[in-house]
Amino acid sequence: MTMKYLKDVATLKYDPEKCKGCGRCVEVCPHCVFEMKEKRAVITDRDLCMECGACVKNCEFGAILVNPGVGCASAIINSLLFGGEPSCGCDGEGNGNGCC
Amino acid sequence: MSEQSEKSCCTSQTITPSPCCGEKGPTTDRFVRMGDLRVPSPAVQHVGTGWSRADRWGAFRSRISAFRMQYRVEPGLYAVGSPDKTSDVFVSANYKLSFDHLRRALKGRDAWIVVLDTKGINVWCAAGKGTFGTEELIRRIRAVGLDRVVEHRRVIVPQLGAVGVAAHVVKKETGFRVLFGPVAAKDIPTFIDAGYRATREMRKVRFSMWDRLVLTPMELNPAMKKFPYFLVGVFLLFGLQREGILFRPAWDGGLSFVILGLVSVLAGTVFMPILLPYLPTPSFGIKGWIAGLLSTCATFLAGGVPLRSVLLSLVALILFPAASSYLALNFTGSTPYTGMSGVEKELKRALPLYFTALVLSALFLIIYKVRTWG
Ligand code: SF4
Ligand code: SF4
Repeated sequence: MTMKYLKDVATLKYDPEKCKGCGRCVEVCPHCVFEMKEKRAVITDRDLCMECGACVKNCEFGAILVNPGVGCASAIINSLLFGGEPSCGCDGEGNGNGCC
Repeated sequence: MSEQSEKSCCTSQTITPSPCCGEKGPTTDRFVRMGDLRVPSPAVQHVGTGWSRADRWGAFRSRISAFRMQYRVEPGLYAVGSPDKTSDVFVSANYKLSFDHLRRALKGRDAWIVVLDTKGINVWCAAGKGTFGTEELIRRIRAVGLDRVVEHRRVIVPQLGAVGVAAHVVKKETGFRVLFGPVAAKDIPTFIDAGYRATREMRKVRFSMWDRLVLTPMELNPAMKKFPYFLVGVFLLFGLQREGILFRPAWDGGLSFVILGLVSVLAGTVFMPILLPYLPTPSFGIKGWIAGLLSTCATFLAGGVPLRSVLLSLVALILFPAASSYLALNFTGSTPYTGMSGVEKELKRALPLYFTALVLSALFLIIYKVRTWG
């Protein structure tokens, strides 16, 4: 069963003009958002993107843009309350929210 | 090294059934077998591919508690089987569970493992934070002298590490090509045998019922830690009488609320994660609210919790589903498919609603209190 989160919120952008067809984005995306078609990447379903940022980091030609971040409510609440980047409690003394 | 320790399992060339030296740091004067040679290998530690009872117990404990923070492996180079200059090199985090899964997947094979220093955090989380990242990988490849250990120039990094590792930068800096392996360690043998190719299915993160179930203690534990505050609040509220704080009314009136409170915590942290794909709407807040409402109503219907007035029932119906909803929304942090933009959008809508629910409940409770005294 494919689980999908909210529609039309992902910040993923892709510029086919810049794509060199290396296929890295297909390799790294854990939600199979990209596919190779005629030596170019194409986006299958943007709503599957979880904004992990793996594709941006590994597209050396700058064809992909995404605003990466952790989709973790308590991290975002914490950053709203105390400022700073949203970060989950992974490295805390076990008082994190169990994001890992 | 002396005769004696050469016979120890740390230097044996066969796969040992238990990782008798998996917990220790790299040794300084051991030998390791590379093809026909036995070479001194200052940084290398031999590990087995089996899981001992201690490994399983550790894995269990790290799932349910903060023990995972101590469940670390010394960063460095490790050998599985009898690797040589042509053997594959796998990269892992120094979270022992990540390392153990990899070790187990390599059963019956000869390979090298480079363990990065991720401060004891698993691959995905560490990659998100950047500790399982480009720089650490480059540093570690250099530190263990990987270019002298193998003659090929490729390392296999877990796919979920791609969030932190920019393959092209590693290649430029070290000459090593990064191949991203499958998401799950258990698919590694198939991946290797298929010529380092992962199928589409192996590239996808799944989130099975089991995956969700094992996460629930991490949701339930922190929620229950805050539960005593709720308990005190409820008993004070119901116990407070003109004559002072009385035990009898506190117990009589408070018990129903405590039960409903417990049910709402379970609904938000256990039922909702388990039922995740079956609850309607993609919104975690609404899923949690539905789980909370159903559980609250079910508890009512089961007749176990007689509430004394319509007002109190109203408070219960407003407060407890909202609490479940809030707890359920927090589960976004554990799911591998919710993005930041979506969670932000949900929070912007949900937080004012939670606040309203709190204020309304408080208001109704005050009215109830005033009435019972009046
Ligand atoms: S990583 Fe970039 S260049 Fe390579 S296929 Fe994907 S979009 Fe194209
Ligand atoms: S950000 Fe992550 S989930 Fe989204 S397309 Fe890129 S790799 Fe896939």
